[in-house]
Amino acid sequence: MKQKPNEKYLQFVSATTPTTKERRTLLHAFFIGGTICSVGQFLRYMLSYWAGLSGDTLAGTVSVILIFLGSLLTGLGVYDRIGKFSGGGSIVPITGFANSVVSPAMEFKSEGYVYGVAAKMFVIAGPIIVYGVLSSVVIGLIYYVAYLF
Amino acid sequence: MGRGTVYFKSAPRIIATYTVGGPKESEGPLGKYLHQRLSDDKFGEKTFEKAERKMLSYAIDHAVLSSARNFDGIDAVLSGDLLNQIVSASFAAREFDVPFIGLYSACSTMSESLSLGACLIDGGYMDTVVCATGSHFASAERQYRFPLELGCTRPPCAQWTVTGAGATVLSKEGNGPKITMATFGRVVDFGVTDVNNMGAAMAPAAADTLYRHFRETDSRPEDYDYIVTGDLGAYGSSLMDALMKDKGYSISSRHMDCGKMVYHPAETEFQGGSGAGCSAITLNSYFYRELTQKPIKMIFMATGALLSTTTSQQGESVPAISHLVVIDSRRGEAKCR
Repeated sequence: MKQKPNEKYLQFVSATTPTTKERRTLLHAFFIGGTICSVGQFLRYMLSYWAGLSGDTLAGTVSVILIFLGSLLTGLGVYDRIGKFSGGGSIVPITGFANSVVSPAMEFKSEGYVYGVAAKMFVIAGPIIVYGVLSSVVIGLIYYVAYLF
Repeated sequence: MGRGTVYFKSAPRIIATYTVGGPKESEGPLGKYLHQRLSDDKFGEKTFEKAERKMLSYAIDHAVLSSARNFDGIDAVLSGDLLNQIVSASFAAREFDVPFIGLYSACSTMSESLSLGACLIDGGYMDTVVCATGSHFASAERQYRFPLELGCTRPPCAQWTVTGAGATVLSKEGNGPKITMATFGRVVDFGVTDVNNMGAAMAPAAADTLYRHFRETDSRPEDYDYIVTGDLGAYGSSLMDALMKDKGYSISSRHMDCGKMVYHPAETEFQGGSGAGCSAITLNSYFYRELTQKPIKMIFMATGALLSTTTSQQGESVPAISHLVVIDSRRGEAKCR
């Protein structure tokens, strides 16, 4: 016979469990996330001014540089420390996406390059890609239907 | 005698212990009591899994060595760990030419192995056994959570898996603290589903075992110098104290938790240590020293959460267990009802 949940205890637990300090976390997320985005914007200005890039080439180059930086910092073991402090601010930008791909790839190297690195690389990023693509299809359909009329 | 509590007439002795701790644990408050402090969390190995089993076999080996016996005098090794298929324990036991009894009771393995070892000795089946367990932060993270380098945050109720291993040599004869009783735990599930809040999931199991122990042995918290739980952490410990208070026992002045003791309180990001190694290194270093230096009667009850990543992903709640042993280093015969 399955034990029934002890509602009284669960209520007590949910009332007393130490919770995240929201204000502080939000503040950290705002500044760290904002800093990463500012770096991106800075790169945009610089590349457009010095290298004369524009449009998709400019956006692509900035993304590539940020992804590289995110991966490098992950490899150097710095990104997880930033992540610990930044309360989500380092997860949302594209550097966080790079981190979520590189970190399992590094971790599972011990299981080999096929079943380890390659197979586990998208353990965390996989769902983001799946639902990212799925929601873009849905939005695209809505867009298409809306413009029919 | 009640259900679940057994009395050991011959009172098996703890004749030797050995502990290995990782870098973080060595820097912690218990660092100075550890027998072997590691500066490298891979222990010179290529993978964290290999490091975990090396720590475990190292602890078993050196515990036997410091008991001034060799493996010919060891009748069995009782051991388990947290990794799937308890590979650390069985791979560690591969190195010793001794019968191996593999156990799984999550983080409660230390007290489970001690109670079963004492049963085997008290029953007259064996003379000397080694009880051991360990865990590794990195291998546990890989199995249960996220990659180490992933920049994610931990909720404030989370705990930190201890990197370490501890081994105890139990024998029919010799000098040392006695194991006089054991109370086997029941699987208790109050319905906690948050896998980051292990203290809340395990506190009811610990309270259940302790309550049954007091009832069945007709004892009170005042009869013990320490009541030591495994890895409830700061928050889980406060929950257990509250649950015991509801049942009419005030234990907070005697209650110590290995998870709370193993790291400095300054590390406020989590509630303390956890993992099978947490109670194993604390009992076999700090408390063993206390027991050999002072006449003490203590309760040691490691606590374990019996979940897997599959059950938690399928939305199941976290069942927990806690086995209890009474360790007594007072001189004279242990009272036996």
